[in-house]
Amino acid sequence: MKKMDWINEVKKIAHGIRKRTLEHTIKNGGGYLSQACSSAEILATLYSKVMNLAPISNPIKPKLFPGIPGTENKNYFTGAEFHGPRGKEYDRFFLSPAQYALVVYSALIETGRMSEDGLDYFNKDGYSVEMIGAEHSPGMEVMTGSLGQGISQAAGIAFARKRKKETGRTIIFLSDGELQIGQTWEAIQTMVHHKLDNILIYIDVNGYQCDGKMTSVMNVEPIEKRFEAFGARTFRISGHDIEMLAKPGEISPDGRPIVIICDTDPTRDMDILGSRAPKFHYVRFTSDEEKKKYIEKLKNM
Amino acid sequence: MMIESKVHSRNLVQWAKEKAEVLVLSADLTSSTECDLFRDTYPDRFVSMGIAEQNMLSFAGGLAREGFIPFIHTFAVFIYRRAYDQIAMSVSYPNLPVKMFGFLPGITTPGGVTHQAIEDISVMRSLPNMTILDCGDATDVESVLDVAYNTDGPVYIRMLRGEIPRLFDKDEPMQLGANRTLSKGSDLVVLSCGICTEEAMRAISVLQKKGLSLQHIHVSTLKPFHSEDIMDAIQDSKYGVITMENHSITGGLGTILAEEMAKAGMAKKLYKTGIKSYTHGASKPYLMKEYQIDAMSLIEQIEKITNNSFGIQEEDLEKVYIAPVHSNSKAEAL
Repeated sequence: MKKMDWINEVKKIAHGIRKRTLEHTIKNGGGYLSQACSSAEILATLYSKVMNLAPISNPIKPKLFPGIPGTENKNYFTGAEFHGPRGKEYDRFFLSPAQYALVVYSALIETGRMSEDGLDYFNKDGYSVEMIGAEHSPGMEVMTGSLGQGISQAAGIAFARKRKKETGRTIIFLSDGELQIGQTWEAIQTMVHHKLDNILIYIDVNGYQCDGKMTSVMNVEPIEKRFEAFGARTFRISGHDIEMLAKPGEISPDGRPIVIICDTDPTRDMDILGSRAPKFHYVRFTSDEEKKKYIEKLKNM
Repeated sequence: MMIESKVHSRNLVQWAKEKAEVLVLSADLTSSTECDLFRDTYPDRFVSMGIAEQNMLSFAGGLAREGFIPFIHTFAVFIYRRAYDQIAMSVSYPNLPVKMFGFLPGITTPGGVTHQAIEDISVMRSLPNMTILDCGDATDVESVLDVAYNTDGPVYIRMLRGEIPRLFDKDEPMQLGANRTLSKGSDLVVLSCGICTEEAMRAISVLQKKGLSLQHIHVSTLKPFHSEDIMDAIQDSKYGVITMENHSITGGLGTILAEEMAKAGMAKKLYKTGIKSYTHGASKPYLMKEYQIDAMSLIEQIEKITNNSFGIQEEDLEKVYIAPVHSNSKAEAL
């Protein structure tokens, strides 16, 4: 694909992610909208440019919750099937903040991996498309809702795959709030110590968390210096710059895990969100008037 | 009674020889948990994780998903207390074959309350998918590897190290769900696990000479708990059952049995012996006496239950082997 072609394709997917998430937020009376605004380009670039995933023939329809894993449960599945069949050469994707599930679901639909009606099953009793994704949810394969655990599990998988001489990489999507967690840094030091250069970590640094602005809740800056000090191969870029987002996917491994710190705007292409600052974590409409503004916005997208 | 040194250290190396999928993970307690010989023999299968147990448990979950069988080695408290959420979500929920070897169960260390695992059975047994094994001697320590390896899903093991007695025949390995009947009798059932079994054996050998008829059963599989033989013995007993454990009396062997007895509508008395408060740092014999999980305490309790007074003295008991605090069999005094 020519350069402008793939960039336009990513743009289209990113737009679709925002639009779909907004549409769902209106229909549902609430949603993780700012996460879609900040991470749309990151996820669109990962799914359509960076990650080497096996193709799937037809978009998959979400299934019913299969029950919990266990010796007795023979029908168990994870949401990894949305990323296509496994293979030594294929990448694996791990969404560390499972609270972004809605955004990943939108990305799966936009990239033809989940059926168009996928979001109709979001948070629907008895279905696998859970609000905070679990390992049976589309696009997920480990338990990451308890923040900090996803990155360690992915590190274990990357270690194991390297040992098995698999060439596929481990791609982790991380949120900046998770940089407050001790386990995240335990995982980073482990990746560096064991030279896991088959890992790429994309961090959505939108600067906000549940309680508000991160610098007021618990500052984690300067993020790039922290990662550099840990020995990671660190890049800090604009998280809305598609070309820059794609580049780290093409560099050769050098013994260090790759960390891409993506500065993002939680109101990107959704200016009306700005009035909610600094509370972006979950959008719930406070009045019909406010809801109308968002309906109006959707019409113009 | 034979005392053996560093049983796990030698046995693990031998046992794991042909098992390429078994990886040993250690959190900076490699010598203290007797996996140093494994590290030196199979350096490629030893994964050093540093003092970072939360990451270690989630990381182990990742390894297990890719077909490896991680053998976690550290002190028990740093497994179930430090990394409980990680065990629950990264290991136990997905039913992954991560085998957790928790050293220093109960008061087996002078390391104090921070190092003494007194509520691990209680905490771990409430996790669905979890299997819990408790070792009482050198034979248990050796054969627990096969049991853990052949059991589907996550397994938590209360492990012994250093100088430990061999109470059970080498040819009678631990088996999942199989309790060991050590003596038969109809006055009272004594149910013990872990290091308390040795104490109970000493007490029972003297009490039987005094004419009491005691059924002694050693439990090594705490979950899933198999109680058929135990319930039959209790049903046939005159005075009921006394449990003895190197663990809190809340949530451990005594509680597990209480649930089973209630479920079966068993109208017999249950006496629970175990740790009733937080503990502190001192020698094992001192602490066993202080927390009343030693042979003399059991004798006093049984005398009370059966309305007897035999006048048994400490020196009447078979000489118990007391491992010195500082010895070549341990990396540090802990």
